[in-house]
Amino acid sequence: MTGTLLEVRDLSSGYGESQVLDGVSFAMGVEAVGILGRNGMGKTTLCATLMGLVRRSAGEVHLDGRRIDGTSPEQIARSGISYVPQGRRLFPSLTVDEHLAMLAKGTKGKRWTPKAVYELFPRLAERKGSSGGDLSGGEQQMLAVGRALLLNGSLVLMDEPSEGLAPTIVDVLVEAVHHLVSEGTAVLVVEQKLRAATAMAERQLLMVSGRIQAESTAAELLANPDLQTRYLGVGSAVETGEHAAGSPAKGRVS
Amino acid sequence: MVGTAVQSARRDIMRRFGALVVPVISLAALVWVLFLARGTTAQPAVRDPGEFAVTLLDGVTFAGLLFVVASGFTLIFGLMRTVNMAHGSLFLLAGFTAIALQQKMVGKTTNIAPEDVTLMSWIVPLIVAAALAALLGVLLQQVFLRWNQGQELRQALITIAISVVLADQMLRQFGGLAKTMVWPGAVSHFIEIFGQRYATSRLFMLAVAVVVGVALWLWLTKTRMGMVIRAGVDDEPMVRALGINVTLIFAVTFFVGAFLAGVGGVMGASFAGAATGSDGAWLLNSLVVVIIGGLGSIKGAVAGSLLYGLVSAFAPVYLPTQYTFYAVIFSFVLLALVLAVRPYGLFGRPA
Repeated sequence: MTGTLLEVRDLSSGYGESQVLDGVSFAMGVEAVGILGRNGMGKTTLCATLMGLVRRSAGEVHLDGRRIDGTSPEQIARSGISYVPQGRRLFPSLTVDEHLAMLAKGTKGKRWTPKAVYELFPRLAERKGSSGGDLSGGEQQMLAVGRALLLNGSLVLMDEPSEGLAPTIVDVLVEAVHHLVSEGTAVLVVEQKLRAATAMAERQLLMVSGRIQAESTAAELLANPDLQTRYLGVGSAVETGEHAAGSPAKGRVS
Repeated sequence: MVGTAVQSARRDIMRRFGALVVPVISLAALVWVLFLARGTTAQPAVRDPGEFAVTLLDGVTFAGLLFVVASGFTLIFGLMRTVNMAHGSLFLLAGFTAIALQQKMVGKTTNIAPEDVTLMSWIVPLIVAAALAALLGVLLQQVFLRWNQGQELRQALITIAISVVLADQMLRQFGGLAKTMVWPGAVSHFIEIFGQRYATSRLFMLAVAVVVGVALWLWLTKTRMGMVIRAGVDDEPMVRALGINVTLIFAVTFFVGAFLAGVGGVMGASFAGAATGSDGAWLLNSLVVVIIGGLGSIKGAVAGSLLYGLVSAFAPVYLPTQYTFYAVIFSFVLLALVLAVRPYGLFGRPA
């Protein structure tokens, strides 16, 4: 880790009465970091709270030394977080080209321009005139990533990018993530699929019930079924009747 | 579970029923107008193509005016989910303002003949009055609505209150008598269609509507701001999460929407005059059009205007004379039919 880019301290938030995030804390530099967790553990809420789309109830978020929590989503985006939301959230009324054109202003001379996005994902260039709703799942995800890249932020925040995608498409995304990190852009990727998450990031934070409960590495997670069972509810959990969500064990590896 | 099954079965039946009923009713209406039309003031269209052509033109030209007014309404709703109940007030205010301005430019307050009116003394009042409506619209949005973004009921109540205040102030300023804006002499002629005289001013009104429609379409499809507005109609929070300042976009959209209400108001004042009460009537017209077409859709505003315009032109002419009085019901029959088949309107999407 080379210096701290993003620092999250005791971040809490929720919807109305129900609290979803319960004091999330972590820090990351210019690297790829995965946040793994089962359904309903607060991963998407964490992304939405970081983006200012869900109001935080406590805690702080610092990006590049500047405090960004409590501001509007547009200010957070401009301060350097490129958001790739869960479910892609493309605009059905816009074509592929329009998705990029509407964000093209101010990208001139920067790393990511619409042209550079088409070079990264040549498949998109072939579908320039198609509407956002007519794309295949993989193409939609490429567009969602490409659109976010045009912000030329220092951190790309991806929420379940592998959801519903064929393994070959996931590989394209994995390659894109590695490419971004090698160019000096940090990537924070939220996932519930072990294979996709570990392929994208070596460093993995494990989220249970609205908190980061443990930290591990891709290799360790893949090699240790016990860890998988405990934090992700995969592996032998069902056979042994052990319930992964019940009481999160103390962070053995953190 | 049973409840949802019954509900979905009911929806299914309604859809099939609609898929059957709508073509049957449309076909029956067409056959009636073309070949039967018994006991009506008009002959069947095959025997009297002139009457048919004139009715058709009446419908389409009226639809042009409907479109200009309703497109502004639907634009504002589509992006901001604001039902601007003061849309009709902006319409009427622009009408009255343009009339006062035209009287100044012509130098007469009464008995203005079309010959007195140059093209400029129609267009300049149009632009000034529409700009006034637009500025008032932005003021309304910035002062009252901005703080209540996302609170639809509150916004509707605020705009109703404003429309009541504006109606009173207009009554005080312009009086209770109906006034008319005079079409420019250059377009106040008659042409002959199948032996019937037809006013070119109505065709001019349609032309203005087409120009407005094309300009709006170009703005929304070819400019960056248009793309952002369409994206915002689809998913406004996502647009914000991409770093776009929607506050400015909202203000511009409100400006344009209110401007369109103003343009419509001046057209309406030339077409049917401006009077106390037109504000409510045109708010209702806009609502009917956008409910038929689908709230928030410009395509829907085109379709809704055409359907509503045609039905309201054909119903009084092609109903048997003793029923002419009931012609207005047909607008609501149209509304009910569309909603039975497509609950969100022709081009609408669930929010």
